[in-house]
Amino acid sequence: MEEKKKNNTIMEVKDITLRFGGVTAIEGVSFDILEGEVRAIIGPNGAGKSSMLNVINGFYHPQEGEVWFNGQKRGAMKPYQIAYQGIARTFQNIALFKGMSTLDNIMTGRFTHMKSGMISQVFWKGKAEKEEYENREAVEKVIDFLEIQTIRKTEVGKLPYGLQKRVELGRALAAEPKLLLLDEPMAGMNVEEKEDMSRFILDVNEEFGTTVALIEHDMGVVMDIADRVVVMDYGKNIGDGTPKEIVSNQKVIDAYLGVSHD
Amino acid sequence: MTDNTAVLKEYSTIWQVLEENAKKYPNFPAVREKAFGIWQTWTWSDYSKNSNNLALGLIELGMEDKSPVAIVGNNRQQLYSAMFSIQMAGGIPVPIYQDAVAEEMLHVLQHSEAKIIIAEDQEQVDKVIELGEKLPNVEKILFLEDKSMRSYESNDIIGIQKALELGENSTEKTLSEFEKRKKAQTSESTGVILYTSGTTGKSKGVVLSNANILTAASGAISFDKLRPGMEVVSYLPMAWVGDFIFSTCMAPLGRLCINCPESRDTLMTDLKEIGPDFFFGPPRIFEGLLTSIMIRIEDASNIKKRLFHYFMNLAKKIGGDVLEGKSVGLFNRALYALGDLIIYGPLRNSLGMSRVSVGYTAGEAIGPEIFEFFRSIGINLKQLYGQTEAGVFVTMQPDGEVRSETVGVPAPGVELKIGENGEVLYRSPSSFVEYYKNSKSTNETKDNNGWVATGDAGFIEDGTGHLKIIDRAKDVGKLASGEMFAPKYVENKLKFYPNILEAVLFGKDKEKCVAFINIDLSSVGNWAEKENIAYASYQELAGHPQVYSMIEGHINEVNMDISKDKMLSGCQIDRFLVLHKELDPDDGEITRTRKVRRQFVEDKYSDLVKALYDGSKTIKTETKVTYEDGREGSISATLEIRSAKLVK
Repeated sequence: MEEKKKNNTIMEVKDITLRFGGVTAIEGVSFDILEGEVRAIIGPNGAGKSSMLNVINGFYHPQEGEVWFNGQKRGAMKPYQIAYQGIARTFQNIALFKGMSTLDNIMTGRFTHMKSGMISQVFWKGKAEKEEYENREAVEKVIDFLEIQTIRKTEVGKLPYGLQKRVELGRALAAEPKLLLLDEPMAGMNVEEKEDMSRFILDVNEEFGTTVALIEHDMGVVMDIADRVVVMDYGKNIGDGTPKEIVSNQKVIDAYLGVSHD
Repeated sequence: MTDNTAVLKEYSTIWQVLEENAKKYPNFPAVREKAFGIWQTWTWSDYSKNSNNLALGLIELGMEDKSPVAIVGNNRQQLYSAMFSIQMAGGIPVPIYQDAVAEEMLHVLQHSEAKIIIAEDQEQVDKVIELGEKLPNVEKILFLEDKSMRSYESNDIIGIQKALELGENSTEKTLSEFEKRKKAQTSESTGVILYTSGTTGKSKGVVLSNANILTAASGAISFDKLRPGMEVVSYLPMAWVGDFIFSTCMAPLGRLCINCPESRDTLMTDLKEIGPDFFFGPPRIFEGLLTSIMIRIEDASNIKKRLFHYFMNLAKKIGGDVLEGKSVGLFNRALYALGDLIIYGPLRNSLGMSRVSVGYTAGEAIGPEIFEFFRSIGINLKQLYGQTEAGVFVTMQPDGEVRSETVGVPAPGVELKIGENGEVLYRSPSSFVEYYKNSKSTNETKDNNGWVATGDAGFIEDGTGHLKIIDRAKDVGKLASGEMFAPKYVENKLKFYPNILEAVLFGKDKEKCVAFINIDLSSVGNWAEKENIAYASYQELAGHPQVYSMIEGHINEVNMDISKDKMLSGCQIDRFLVLHKELDPDDGEITRTRKVRRQFVEDKYSDLVKALYDGSKTIKTETKVTYEDGREGSISATLEIRSAKLVK
């Protein structure tokens, strides 16, 4: 792969500490995400990866530390406000509207691009109508990109797991995010589905220049597609670097092979 | 009968027809493609404009006069347009099967020496790049789909959009060259080279002249009285002669509108949305449709199931006659009308065939039950017999004379005779010029008087003049006992069972016949689900004792059936096994058009054939398989061998 432009820092977390009551989920973690890169966060179960993603996404508010996005320090915000800033995500356990079609599900990803008021939407006139066409077109491009034309009108709940994951990615893409957060996009997939998903993630990154931050358990996948990797263990940052650097990092090896912690 | 050579007085190439349509009917729809969920229509004027621009672009890119240009991809507006562009620019289109693996593409590209390749997407471009140094001739690759192609773009690999822009802003020199090349073409110039699917050995390039394709198209339009404005769905491989004649030749000549499906998997929905007037499909498409109907009916509620079966029984009895306008009695007609309202009509609609006025099946024999089924619900499905060398049509069934066991009467302009060895021979203005760079094969197939040998054994029925095909001439042999051995005949009978996807019969010069069976995964899988049979893989299901028993039942029935035919009663199956893998074109076992490569299969599985004859009860075997991406692996299995009942 050629060297991509990744000069600007799009996201930076500084000394994040997150506690739930007496439990410290994240302790003093810092790292940055550069524009246009694929950044992976890995670590054993319970390392605090998903919590970290929830902090970035604004779902959790850390007790200590700062989150910087696009060169600005972020205050306490609601997740939807963060979505408006250009951060979209998928979930570890698929969170789609099961009774709605693929098309409608992906359409919900467009809400940040809908500005017409309720009245004009009800009567579907003027701005609302124009917006609907524009949004539908954007959604169709996503459908085409992810090659899910066949299931356009299918109820999402009836789809196999691998496809649901793809639809969820589609919904996040429809938002045209600057930063895309993926929480275990390959979990529970077979080899072929993993290969497809890896392809899509790389394509998203290359074609649209979208910055991707992902949590993943499958080390093979991470090593193949990530530009840089953060390793977390017991809520701490224990390694940060290119996949090559990470595999030779002693702390990481210990965390994965299970050396006793004192 | 109309003279189909009359068309040559008006046109000498097929692109002239396109230009004529663009002049006379600029705003009528010519070709549609579903993209981004919407049917995007090109009018004749759009179609012609795009083709002209691309033609100019190709010349700008250095395409030489009379040079072959390869096209590979799914059915797309832009690719159909490219067919005309290449011809206009003086070149020869060479469409390639889009699912061909790199190896097969290599043969066609090397043999045709195409310097320019127009490819649909990354998948196809990758295949060409993979062949790299083996293709020193290839100079330029044009691609349609930008997706993932960002890092590929170079001087030699360019997007088709760029070629179109080049064409739009072409120089004076190119324009005059373009006019010169267009003028130089006659009806004798080569219109297309179509590579056969290669049932035996390497595929051969069939050269069809402009006259060949124009007469073939004109004959077919008049035969079935196709009218301007009819809709056709183009979904069969562009490299196949049938699609070439229908979509590229008949469509402009008859002013039909062709529709390209959104993707290979959305065909059923797309069919429903378009509701074609004219439909063409190989038997397996119809088999697949029937199987899926039956599976869905089995899952339907009791009332629906009963209604379906009641009315299907009625349709079986009188449906065919109703379609042909024969008298069936007032009561029956009323009952059929009711059936049409609640069963046949909705069924046709859900198949996307409400408006089909003519449907054709060809390529292989179709099961009589499948054939009758579609006719009985009011779809005018007919058979035709043809081949690439004939510009498709040899014989066709006229309305009112449709039977499943014959393939019809000679198509317009075709003369037919049976050779001394029982082989079917034909001669027509549409039959091919030659095999490209292969005069040996040309001479073997076509004699000095223009008679072309089909390679099929058959006879012309007394009284009706209909042609009946028995088998491939070279496959018809003798058993050790001297009785006739016609493997295809038996295999077809087996394949008419929805549970059996493929069958391969052996027995030439042997005492008895033995068979390989391939189960149909969707049909048998569904049955297994109902019977609560658990299985983890194709292999496990194929080897299941209950599946074996079911197949044994089918074979016993076929044996019973064959025993009634004196000439062929020796072809009964003595022993059989169910193969642990599906025969696959990627492994070279069947052709892309799904015809079994008999000799290849016999050699590859020689251990299994031996075991079928030596009386073993089981056989352990290891088989090489090729995955879709070209990697190879192997699977091993222990197969059971069973005996069937022979009828004396």
